[in-house]
Amino acid sequence: MALNLNPNFAEAGVRYFTAYAPGDDFYEMLINAHRDLSDEQSELLNARLILLLANHIGDIGTLREALTIAREGV
Amino acid sequence: MLSTYSYPKFEYKTPREIASGQTLKVPVVVVGAGPVGLGAALDLQMHDIPVLLLDEDDTVSIGSRGVCYAKRALEILDRYELGDAVCDKGVSWNVGRTFFREKEVYNFNLVPEADHHRPGMVNLQQYYLEEYLANRASTRPGIDLRWRNKVVSVAKTGSTVTLKVETEDGFYTVETDWLIAADGARSPIRRMLGLEVEGKIFMDRFLIADVVMKADFPAERWFWFDPPFHPGQSVLLHKQADSVFRIDFQLGWDADPEEEKKPENVLPRIKAMLGDEREFELEWVSVYTFQCRRMGCFNHDRVLFVGDAAHQVSPFGARGANSGLQDIDNLGWKLKLVIDGKAPAKLLDSYTEERVFAADENLMNSTRSTDFITPKSKVSKTFRNAVLGLAKDHAFGRALVNSGRLSVPAFLTTSSLNTPDAAADEFAGRMVPGAPMDDAPVLANGDASWLLNAVGNQFFALYFADDPNKLDAATIAALSNLSFGNIPVQALVISSTPGTVDGGIPNLEDPNGIAAQRYDAKNGTVYLVRPDQHVAARWRALDPEKIKAAVAKATCNA
Repeated sequence: MALNLNPNFAEAGVRYFTAYAPGDDFYEMLINAHRDLSDEQSELLNARLILLLANHIGDIGTLREALTIAREGV
Repeated sequence: MLSTYSYPKFEYKTPREIASGQTLKVPVVVVGAGPVGLGAALDLQMHDIPVLLLDEDDTVSIGSRGVCYAKRALEILDRYELGDAVCDKGVSWNVGRTFFREKEVYNFNLVPEADHHRPGMVNLQQYYLEEYLANRASTRPGIDLRWRNKVVSVAKTGSTVTLKVETEDGFYTVETDWLIAADGARSPIRRMLGLEVEGKIFMDRFLIADVVMKADFPAERWFWFDPPFHPGQSVLLHKQADSVFRIDFQLGWDADPEEEKKPENVLPRIKAMLGDEREFELEWVSVYTFQCRRMGCFNHDRVLFVGDAAHQVSPFGARGANSGLQDIDNLGWKLKLVIDGKAPAKLLDSYTEERVFAADENLMNSTRSTDFITPKSKVSKTFRNAVLGLAKDHAFGRALVNSGRLSVPAFLTTSSLNTPDAAADEFAGRMVPGAPMDDAPVLANGDASWLLNAVGNQFFALYFADDPNKLDAATIAALSNLSFGNIPVQALVISSTPGTVDGGIPNLEDPNGIAAQRYDAKNGTVYLVRPDQHVAARWRALDPEKIKAAVAKATCNA
């Protein structure tokens, strides 16, 4: 499974009338998840989130690719 | 006084009611001659409703305010015969550049979607739009436009609204059946009626500068996140008419607006941004903060709130005047039916229902843009900067960059005026009940035209046919007599081949099948569209009884 780097957000049963809507839906959810957390708590939330999503993806090759790209920009 | 524009001074005339002492009685009063109030007067005038339009000032919008007029607003302006004027004077831009710190992260080319009359948006200073609207309104019979007439009190009794109006020559009284409050964000009418508007002020300040470039500069939209010449903040550059460029500098909440406005503070900032060699002249500077809020209900008995008086959004995404003109588009035909006794007053509840839905969508989108542009926490800023970093190389990152989303009309999919599709009628595409109509190129009597120019101001039934010459007698008879009681429905046949329809039913040719494709139409498909060019219902076959029922639903007569 190659890492998908194209816009890929959608929700089953939801109809979008603009291309930006699903990505913006996700981004708002992500930022809201951090509301009222301290920086330390936010860091922990992010770590837990990464672990959950990584397990969901499962494919080590895909994760390796994502980790490489993530690291390049830091 | 600007170097590129002279503000018109509209003539004040002593109202005759001051000498006569008589109370002026009119069916509709609009308060506020900004873009939305002027639009309201023009819309109602097209419906043959006489309008008294009052404004406390005698000129147009001062300084740098609204900039972008989006496709749907341009289509509405077309119905006031002003779309060409705005598009000709305005600046169309396609290329947008996004910068993060010192580097361009990516650019995009918003090529206008093919086969639409109007582009996604044009940039034009608000004073031009208001001048065009005011000139048009002042020449229309049925619009009594009174400058320097200030409403000082408002009272509701039964089905009458009574206004006291102040002029330099004294006071007079107006009684009206309907009052449209288009008096802006601080709406004195709203305040005089003691009505609430809820929301929040964003803790940020922006400096607006209009500069005239002395040399060519591209007609592009440039957006900087955290640029070296303005660290930690954002900057937006936009081209308007007359080579006037609008620059928005984010200042942060702690900035001192008076200090920031001083030329000795503004000029170095602009020089740092444009480079030393580029000559420009500073034309306007102001500082603003903004609020995101709306009233709970836009119609209060006989008083109807429109535009900023009803709802305010952050400026990112051009949802102020654009959504105000759509309020008018939604309200005008409903008020007409109610005034004519063809629909119950509760049809105006659907104005609140539909425009609150749209306002909430606008609030959501502009708040999201604001939160991306001005992150409120450390983690939010980290995510924002991570998106900008990924955007350089990856399409998904670019899709997440939110420096303002193009204002598009709401798809009123949940409206109580819609008739849902029958289960047996399968449709693809986006022209669902509640959708704002997609435009399409057509031929009208062999001449190139646009679908949206052919519909509006009343209900239409679009009947898609392969061959207009071959409609059977029963279909022609049915299409000739579509109505719900005394609400007529004008049939319009759209066909892939040329020809004429018997019985004098107008028809359009869709030579490339673009209308049929956008509406997922087959031979015999029918769309019922509202006077404001939203889809009300659709079927795979013509049934006048179903059209009748759908019009009844769309007018609260069911």
